[in-house]
Amino acid sequence: MSIRAKDLTWGVAGRAIIEDIAIECPEGTLTGLLGPNGSGKTSLLHVVAGLRRPDSGVVELAGEDVHRLPARVRARRIAVLEQHASTTLPLTARQVVELGRIPHRGRWPAARDEGAAEVVEGMRLSGVTHLADRDWQTLSGGERQRVQLARALAQRPEVLMLDEPTNHLDLAHQIDLLATVRALGLTTVAALHDLDLAAAFCDHLVVLGAGRVVASGPPAEVLTARLVREVYGVEATVATHDHSGRLHVVWHDERASR
Amino acid sequence: MLRPVRPARTRPGAGLVTGVALTALLVVSVVVAVGIGSVHVQAGDVVDVVLGRLGVPVDGVTVIDDRIVWQLRMPRVIGAAATGAGLAIAGAVLQSLTRNDLADPYLLGISGGATVGAVSVIVLGAGAAGLVGNAALAAGAFVGAMLALALVLMLATGRTGDLPPARTVLAGVAIGQMCGAYTSFVVIVSGDHDSARRVLAWTMGSLAGVRWQSATILLVVSVLALVVIIGCASDLDAFAFGDSAASSLGVSIRRVRWLLMVGTALLTAGLVAYTGAIGFVGLVVPHAVRLLVGPLHRRLLPLSALAGAVLLIWADTAARSLLDGQEIPIGVVTAVFGAPLFAYLLRRESRSR
Repeated sequence: MSIRAKDLTWGVAGRAIIEDIAIECPEGTLTGLLGPNGSGKTSLLHVVAGLRRPDSGVVELAGEDVHRLPARVRARRIAVLEQHASTTLPLTARQVVELGRIPHRGRWPAARDEGAAEVVEGMRLSGVTHLADRDWQTLSGGERQRVQLARALAQRPEVLMLDEPTNHLDLAHQIDLLATVRALGLTTVAALHDLDLAAAFCDHLVVLGAGRVVASGPPAEVLTARLVREVYGVEATVATHDHSGRLHVVWHDERASR
Repeated sequence: MLRPVRPARTRPGAGLVTGVALTALLVVSVVVAVGIGSVHVQAGDVVDVVLGRLGVPVDGVTVIDDRIVWQLRMPRVIGAAATGAGLAIAGAVLQSLTRNDLADPYLLGISGGATVGAVSVIVLGAGAAGLVGNAALAAGAFVGAMLALALVLMLATGRTGDLPPARTVLAGVAIGQMCGAYTSFVVIVSGDHDSARRVLAWTMGSLAGVRWQSATILLVVSVLALVVIIGCASDLDAFAFGDSAASSLGVSIRRVRWLLMVGTALLTAGLVAYTGAIGFVGLVVPHAVRLLVGPLHRRLLPLSALAGAVLLIWADTAARSLLDGQEIPIGVVTAVFGAPLFAYLLRRESRSR
């Protein structure tokens, strides 16, 4: 399912948070959403995912207006991984993953839950099968993030919207998560902070600054020393590493010890 | 939410076992409670009377037993069960919707508004006719509750037609305070001892006036609400991680919130009109049931209804039979049992942190 958004504007109390945004995500690609804190990444994700109605502009999912889809239909097609997932309820990890079946459930569910296979598969893909019976409250930040990814996968979506999915994760799990998501082949949009990871895994980057698209295109074209300076205010060298063959952003700042 | 020491595991069948146990307890409670009173009726005779009334030919049912069991006590016990069930599910829904442990069925100014209506009928009606019937009192209480609810919703509704939980709670508190002021004022100014006593009695709740007609209404209101609310069980689960998570799971949050807020308010108003404000049931029962079967609503809602029904049957039985020749207000009984139970649940929570 391809996503196409144009002229998107959304704001709160008359102040625009995102303005005139156009993005295009072909089917099966991983799009990285970059930009400093407060540049509108989360707002854009929520508007594109259909959780917030834009003040103007449209979001099309395979040609259909996302904001005209009934909520349940939308939830079967688009799953969202939020930046901070918190609850006060004493749920087990498996119960959290099972929440992902809600959009597929009838109003009067049978005693035996249909969709158990999707729950098991979601947990296997995000590597949390061993956590199934643990209390959510006792999980670490990274474990919670992966349980939430399993929930999103249990939704069996066509599109994944991930808001800083590598937050709280150690290096191995960061690589693991992005590799897993990429291997799924779903159309994915992920807000990311780590430029190296974005360069390594994304097909396409969209860089936001103050609520507008500053640059977009393949990582090699977008990630330049000039962009890092203009968007983040940091001096950097962008180079292809000899061994990995990947793009790396090496930053410079005299306050660093070396 | 109050948190159990151990995570509430989804033991397959935990909900089923609890459900069967509570249903059995409910049936036994109805039979035994109907037998208790100034004239004791054996459980076997209670069953005979009920079977006889249901058209099953039975021998040896006396007219006296029939009158006591079927005319006097059965409607009251059924009314208590329906009221307890309704208050418990209303409490469970409002605690989940507002994500607030202290939410109870009277959250939206319902009891305050109902009291204003009841007081107006007692004071004005007593002045006009000397005596007012229970039907007029119920009607007054229901209208009062509806007016309070309308005010709360007007205050709480946002520009976009949303119903934010925090503002709804605050609006409910504000309207509740206003209603309390009006009630005190009217009682003081009317200066009539008898009506002051009746107002006090009303605010503590009583099922003494419940006959078949009102018991049937209580039962229909509670069962209807239970069906609608259980139909929203998955939607309520989806709120576990907050509004946008619920929305991303396909819940139309604005519509569900309106439906459930107004639905539970109507349910509570329907109950309160006949029974007065009975506290603690809606607050404590859902917390206790969550400890047994976890927070998912497919189990929490029906089991809260059963537990609330059993609890209120016994609270009302205690209210009418503990003192000779005098009824204790049922709100006093539920507070005497409910407050220590709530404190115990809080202690459990503090130990698990």
